[in-house]
Formats: sequence, structure tokens, C-alpha cells
Amino acid sequence: MYGVIIALLPALLVSFLYFGIGSAIVCASSVIACVFFEWAISKYILKRDGHSITDGSAVITGLLLGMNLPSNLPVWIIVIGALVAIGIGKMTFGGLGNNPFNPALVGRCFLLISFPAQMTSWPLIGQLGKYTDATTGATPLSIMKTAIKSGDSSVLDKLPQSLHLLLGNVDGGAGTIGEVCALALLVGLVYMLVRKIITWHIPVSIIATVFVFSGLMHLANPVYADPLTEILSGGLMLGAIFMATDYVTSPMTHKGQIIYGVAIGFLTVVIRNWGAYPEGMSFAILIMNAFTPLINTYIKPIRYGEEKK
Amino acid sequence: MMKLRTFKIGGIHPEENKLTSDMPTKMAELPKQAIFPLSQHIGAPAKPVVNKGDKVKVGQMIAEAGGFVSAPVFSSVSGTVFKIDTSFDATGYRKPVIIINVEGDEWEDTIDRTDKLEKLSDHAELTSEQIVSRIKAAGITGMGGAGFPTFIKLSPPPGTTAQFVIINGVECEPYITSDYRLMMEHPDEILVGIDLLMKAAKVNLGFIGIEENKPEAIRLFEQKCKDGYAKIEVVPLKQKYPQGGEKQLVDAVVNRQVPAPPAIPVNVGAIVQNVGTAFAVYEAVMKHKPLFERYTTVTGKRLANPGNFLVRMGTPMSQLIEACGGMPDGDNKVLAGGPMMGKALTTTDVPICKGTNSVTILSGKDARRTEPQPCIRCAKCVSVCPMGLEPFLLATASAMHKWEKVEQEDIISCIECGSCQFTCPSHRPLLDNIRLGKSTVMGIIKTRNAANKK
Repeated sequence: MYGVIIALLPALLVSFLYFGIGSAIVCASSVIACVFFEWAISKYILKRDGHSITDGSAVITGLLLGMNLPSNLPVWIIVIGALVAIGIGKMTFGGLGNNPFNPALVGRCFLLISFPAQMTSWPLIGQLGKYTDATTGATPLSIMKTAIKSGDSSVLDKLPQSLHLLLGNVDGGAGTIGEVCALALLVGLVYMLVRKIITWHIPVSIIATVFVFSGLMHLANPVYADPLTEILSGGLMLGAIFMATDYVTSPMTHKGQIIYGVAIGFLTVVIRNWGAYPEGMSFAILIMNAFTPLINTYIKPIRYGEEKK
Repeated sequence: MMKLRTFKIGGIHPEENKLTSDMPTKMAELPKQAIFPLSQHIGAPAKPVVNKGDKVKVGQMIAEAGGFVSAPVFSSVSGTVFKIDTSFDATGYRKPVIIINVEGDEWEDTIDRTDKLEKLSDHAELTSEQIVSRIKAAGITGMGGAGFPTFIKLSPPPGTTAQFVIINGVECEPYITSDYRLMMEHPDEILVGIDLLMKAAKVNLGFIGIEENKPEAIRLFEQKCKDGYAKIEVVPLKQKYPQGGEKQLVDAVVNRQVPAPPAIPVNVGAIVQNVGTAFAVYEAVMKHKPLFERYTTVTGKRLANPGNFLVRMGTPMSQLIEACGGMPDGDNKVLAGGPMMGKALTTTDVPICKGTNSVTILSGKDARRTEPQPCIRCAKCVSVCPMGLEPFLLATASAMHKWEKVEQEDIISCIECGSCQFTCPSHRPLLDNIRLGKSTVMGIIKTRNAANKK
């Protein structure tokens, strides 16, 4: 579990660099709130003796929730998000290992639907000393959405270059705390692959599907952004690397994981291009979380002796 | 370098801990009292043919085969039958045993006790049937642990044909070195044994699978095969547990997979035997010596003098542990077998049997289990299962007594290698639950088949 926290550190440090104090407040309050609710619910409602907070899972949920939020979000909203994430997303089902949905995403989507204004105003990076008073701007995905809605592909010229999206080092860039630097997230991915915390199947299948599908869309109609920009912007990397790979809510077999990843990638592009929201990653993952038990039932590992047919 | 072969699905790399690899085998002392369980093999228990007070010699049959799938038991000592009783064996249950009080060391006259190597080429008159019947009469069962009567494996069921013999010199289980020492000390006898097995099975091709962590054994056997056993090929294998599993070994050596039970390796042409079995076959056929001695490793990190022993069967484990410097202080877990597949014992008065390849003593922290945590469905057990099963599912469904579900999920294919439990980050007792489920389902299937026959 602590391996995932280490893998999140590069992205977290970069976010401090870009969003300064706002990022620190949001992440810290999210982690503290998640750990508190985990402890309080298991002690006073479930009346368990064990110390489930020491396994680190609540810390990860807190970090992931925090990194999915804008850095100017007030603490009271974060606390509600943490309560929904841990309380409804996780402990209702019996705690670690039993939740069908990724708790951090349950919290984030609840906030996105309940507080759409606060959840879609993204501070521009570089305002290190500012928190709720930070100036906000458009994310690459909202620019894409505008282009699709207006049908005018020249809007896409406002998009930052792909290299800037990779590094996050862009004037006027904006986004959630964890999504502004794809490179830092990729460093985390490499670390988790090397340490064998996760396998390549889920992240690669998601990213590849989004690349291919949005590439086809771009070829068919240039009003849709180019595939490289699509995979480097929004919560795609964060979701593909850290959220979709959550052990508890993803399929058990490699074949099942690829089906799951491809479906997430497909749904993400569908929501981005035709949905009401600019970003579809969170919803795509939650939808596929619901299909995980079904995938586990029908996709079995190759049994010994069945390999050659 | 050539890419080494290994099995395709799953597998783990536990710490080797082969403490006794370079220790020459010692003769274990004769026990004062020897205990012979009547059920040291898979199949019907043997039936005693001696009575209380009878005098027996070393190598004398004391119990005859109790059915077709069964094997006789021979006395490893000379003395007087003290009683026919029940006693604990490695399974933890009381089982019928013959107990003999040892007096002197008087052997049956028919046994050839010289060291002279008898080659098959010097005994061309031996027919396949004669070899099989001698193996059957000598009570030989698989020496690697499972203990299936060897003569049955050599007579393939109708509709199948043996194509080759595969000899298991893998010894993938940590700690154990008895097969390795046997290979280093008696290579010629093993090779004659393989020749005999090949003749008995009427095949012209033999393989010896040895893992890369035993380079000296690989070199020794490659040399010996080149110098006179052209039909036997040494196959060096990439180190991975559980390569010594029969089905994994067939996959690794000849790249064929045995179909699901009730299929057996001979369905794909393979007859798999342990090196220890090959040695026992040599002694039985060429030296007229029935199976009453074996190589056993007694090992443990805190044991003062671990070692490899040539032991008379029936010797209590407690005596071997004393010979190694006695039980270490503190908490110890004594296993019949190695740390992965061995059975934890409730008493050290359990005797060495035909399949006891080692006595392993885990001490201190190793002797204890870690508190299990919730399953986080990380799927590590699924990716290491060498049979392609889903251990998390089998374990949970077994714990919930969902026997139909676990039968559908192929629980009887489980080889109980323990890779899932070894790899589980939440330290869940996966194998314990699966064993419960597997034995229950096997019972259900047996009853159902019996009912359907009527």
C-alpha cells in the first residue's frame, strides 16, 4: 500500500510547485479527513477493534481525492467529499477489500454533481501564495469542449502544446491538483511497474484506447483535438495510472483487465466528446467498476492444460 | 546462453535456504523401536502378515498390499514385533501401525549388500514384466512425497501409451537437499534405475529435469549420459517453484500440458518418477532390496547440525532431530517435508516413511503466521497459481462451504503447492481453506460416482 503513496509523491511535489499553498491545504485536509472518518466509522459505527487506518488505504483515498480537486476548493467541501468517499464509498460495504467502487472517485463525483460551480473553476498555475482567492482559467478539456460545441476547430489553437501538457510547465495552464503534469504521473507509473505493484495491462490499455479512438475522431473531423493532446490532458493519466488500477475495484485476470481498460478508454472519449461534462475519466472508471464482478465471473484465467486448443 | 526451459503458468521464487547441499549423507543410527504405518502410500492400507511376538529380519515383508492400488511394507530392522496398534502419522491422525523392538541388525539373505554396480546390459534377460513385478513386490512408491505406487504408473491405462520417462531431479522445495545428495553420491545407480524404468515402460527416451541452482548435478549427469546412456537427456531448467510438481515438470521438459483430472501425465505420453524412486528401483531390481531405507534431509536455520541422512524407515523423527543437536530453544514448527508443502506435526514421534524427503524445523518468527488482513483482490494469487486457478475465490467459497461453486471452479486441479499463500500480501490462509474445499469436493465426487454406479 505504501508503494502507491511513494508513487504519488512526484505528482504531489510538482503540484506544490505549481499551486503552492492551495494544493497543500487541499491535499492535507483531504488526507486528514479521510483517515479521521475511517477511524471514527470503524470504531464507533462498525465497532471494530482493529486498526484499519494503519494499512494506508485511507491515506491513499485521501491523497487521490485531494489530487482530483481544484486547489482553491474550501475545506468544508473537501470534508464532505471525504465523508462520502470513506463513509459511503467504502465503509458501508464493510471497509477495505469490499467496496465495489473506487472510494476517491465516489467522493469526487459526488462533489462534482453537488458543487458544479466550485468543482469546475480551475485556478491557473503559478499562484503559489493564493488559496480560495486564486484566479481561475480554462482547462485544455474545456477548450476542447468549446471547440466541439461551436464546431469551430480554430478554438483548438488556444490549446497548450503537448510538450507543455507533459511537463505542466505552461503559462495559463489550469486543472486539478494531480493532473497538471503527466510526466510526474508517468514517473509514478514506472515506479509501480518496477516494484510490481501493478501490471501494465490497465494503464496501457486505457491510454492506447483513448489515443486510437480520439485519433480516429480527429482524422474524421478536426474539431476534435489531436490524440496526443487528448491523452496528455485532463485526468486521463491520473485515472489510468492510479484510479483504474485500484486492486479492489479492478478485474483479477490480465485478460479481464484489458477489457476493463479498453472500455474505460472508450467511455472516456465518448463522455469527453458527446457528454455534458468536459472530462469523462471519473465516470468511465466508476461505470466499469460496476462491471468488474461481471468481468470476473466470465473472464477466467487460462487453466493449466487448456492452453493449446 | 540457451534459454532454459520452465513451466508456462504462474510460479514463485521463494528463498532457497538449502543449508545442507554440501553435506555428505550420514548413516542414521538404528532406532530402539521402529514404527511402520500401514498406509504410507496413496491407496488401500497394507495388511499385516506378522503377529505380536514374531521375529523379523531386515527386509522381511511385514504387511502385504491391501488392494490393487496399494503397496507392501517391509521391516527396516531386525527384532521382535512388539505390537500392532495405532499411532500418529504426519497427517495428524491415528493410523494403524506395526511396532518392532530392534534387536541386532540381521538382514534377509536374499539382499545383495555389495557396492558392485549391476548394469542393465549385464542382465539382458530381464523382461519388462519382470521389472514391473519386482518393483511391485519391493513396495516401491513415489519417493518425492505423494507416494503413488510406482508399478501402477508403469502400466498405463488402456487407450494411453507411454512415450518417455521423465525423472524429477528438480527439488524445487526450499531447504530440502536429499535428492541432490543422492544424485551426487549415486549417479550410476540412478542411471541404471532410469534404464530399468524405461525398459519397464517400454520406451526408448528418458529425460532428467534438474534446476539451474544445481550446476554440479547437471554437469555430472550430462557427462555420465554422454558416456553410456545415449537415450537419456539431461534437461537443465530455470529455477522456479513448483517445478517439481508432476504436471509442471512435464510442461517444462517436453512442453506438453496434462489435461484436467482425471487425466494423468501418461495421457500426454509421460511417466514421471523421482530420482529417489529411480534409485529405489535399481536397488529393488538389481540388489533384491525392498524399499525400507531412504535419503532424508533434517534441516532448520537454528538447528545446530543439520544434515542429510540415510535413514531406516520407521525411525522416529525425534531421534533424527537429536542427532542434529536437538530441538532449538524457543518456538519451533516441525514439518514433515519442506516449508512450502510440508505438513506441520503435532508430535515428533512420527516415523520416517517412504515419502518423507525431509524434516524441516522453522524457528522463531518463521514458525509463526502473520495476522491475516482483508483480501484486497490484488490478484497476485491468480497470477502465481501454476494451475491457472483463482485461489482467492476457491478459498473464500470453501470457507463459506459453497462446495458446488468450488467444484465448478476446478478446485480438484489444485496441486496444493502453496504459491498463493506464499505470495498473498494480506497473509490470508488461502491454501488451508482450499485444502478443506478440495478434500470435501473429492469426497462428494467419490460418493456421487459410487451412487451412480449402482
